[in-house]
Amino acid sequence: MDALLRLFSLIPGWDQNVPAWASISLAGLLAAGLCLGFISLGPVGYVYVERKLAGFMQDRLGPMRVGPWGLLQTIADTIKLLFKEAIFPAAVNRPLFVVAPCLVVIGAFMGFAVLPFSPTWQGTDLDVGAFYVIAIGSLSTVGLIMAGWASNNKYALFGAMRSAAQIVSYEIPAVMSLIVVVMIAGSLSLQQIVAAQAGGLHNWFLWKFFPLNVIAFLVFFTATLAECNRTPFDIPEAESELVAGFHTEYSGFFFAMFFLAEYTEMFVASAMVSVLFLGGFAAPLPVLQTVAGFDIGPVWLIAKAWALVFVHMWLRWTLPRLRVDQLMHVAWKVLLPIALFLIVVIGGLLTAPATAGGFPWDPWFGWPLTALLCGYLMLTALRAWRWHARQVREAVA
Amino acid sequence: MLPVYVPILILAVVAIGFAAFTIVASHLLGQPRPTDAKSAVYECGMPAIGTARERFPIKFYLVCMIFILLDVDAAFLYPWALIYPQLGWFGFVEMLVFMTLLGGGFAYAWKVGALDW
Repeated sequence: MDALLRLFSLIPGWDQNVPAWASISLAGLLAAGLCLGFISLGPVGYVYVERKLAGFMQDRLGPMRVGPWGLLQTIADTIKLLFKEAIFPAAVNRPLFVVAPCLVVIGAFMGFAVLPFSPTWQGTDLDVGAFYVIAIGSLSTVGLIMAGWASNNKYALFGAMRSAAQIVSYEIPAVMSLIVVVMIAGSLSLQQIVAAQAGGLHNWFLWKFFPLNVIAFLVFFTATLAECNRTPFDIPEAESELVAGFHTEYSGFFFAMFFLAEYTEMFVASAMVSVLFLGGFAAPLPVLQTVAGFDIGPVWLIAKAWALVFVHMWLRWTLPRLRVDQLMHVAWKVLLPIALFLIVVIGGLLTAPATAGGFPWDPWFGWPLTALLCGYLMLTALRAWRWHARQVREAVA
Repeated sequence: MLPVYVPILILAVVAIGFAAFTIVASHLLGQPRPTDAKSAVYECGMPAIGTARERFPIKFYLVCMIFILLDVDAAFLYPWALIYPQLGWFGFVEMLVFMTLLGGGFAYAWKVGALDW
């Protein structure tokens, strides 16, 4: 919003003729409109990519019929969902049934208010930004329980209760590993957390106190994955046991709203992970921060978030779903003790004068490990692609 | 100087507007034509037995209670974590005491089987 306000004041005579409240609300509406465009059009792309990726990983083609390479498939699906009749079963509690998907969408959407895309491109720099994202993310839990309860359907109720238990359980490790970052940065403002990681890849919190923060990163990432209800943690909608979980009774665009929220939440969670551990809008090399004098921070943040969204999709089509008891076991008996342990150990290391700024070997691990990981991933992708191409050739021949 | 919470308010208004708009649009575009079979409760094609407003396992309640306890503790940890660098060893010892109490409760819950599903 600051960026937009600054743009406005470049227009001659703007500051004199337009009252402050008007320009603030105009800038706010424009920024909100940008976010709205991003969240309503984003899932069209995400769903297409996810279906293509699933096809590739399961050795099939994915959508191919609508448009070239099936590119228009999700657009056609959206239009179909919009024109579908929204069924209200006789037994549902109507007001709650309607409000629930709205609440889920609003909860996912509001997280955008504090995501820092660059020093100026940010809705608002709250002092408690990181806390705000966690808090507003819980709003969608309320929506899920409401949906399950209002449906008056046993499958839906079970899905809702399970999702509540799951999201609530995984929130604790997420909050606890967030404390590690807050202790190191000394701030809850997302701008200051990013500012503390400026100066290149080796300064990112992921590589501080190597390898302790890598563990914190893994705990936080697993917890966000579970809070987005993605496989291997998609118990709330486990279709093999619960039909469709909390959205069993939903149809038409109400059903689509849950998916809109899910993909938006995935993006917000991934953006949060990149802000907290991967430097946010800071480039891996300070040289790459500006292109021809322009700050390309937003590109970096979106690229990092999309890379993590890709990991979400990749895990979904690789791992089987956990059982409910295994799910609870992982949250309470594995992730939470690790997170508590990390708070104590990193707290001690920060207080000791010798290690207050990180371990002496920190700068030496970031780049080599990143290069190794990226190289390995590229090699694997190349081999998978070659294998896929050979299968296609043999099938044609 | 821009009040910090105004953008959040604007975003909330836009989000609620978007949700309301989609509901109205979907209602207008997809006209509801209810029939008896369509508006029955879905239970794999069988007529539903009883209602869903039944008793469910107490485990959910237990998880909820432990969540509230630990989440409140986490909320207490945030202000401490914010000024941590200024506190020095005093802060560390304070945190150790707090963590011991928290860990004691957690270990007790683990031991009595509250965390088993």
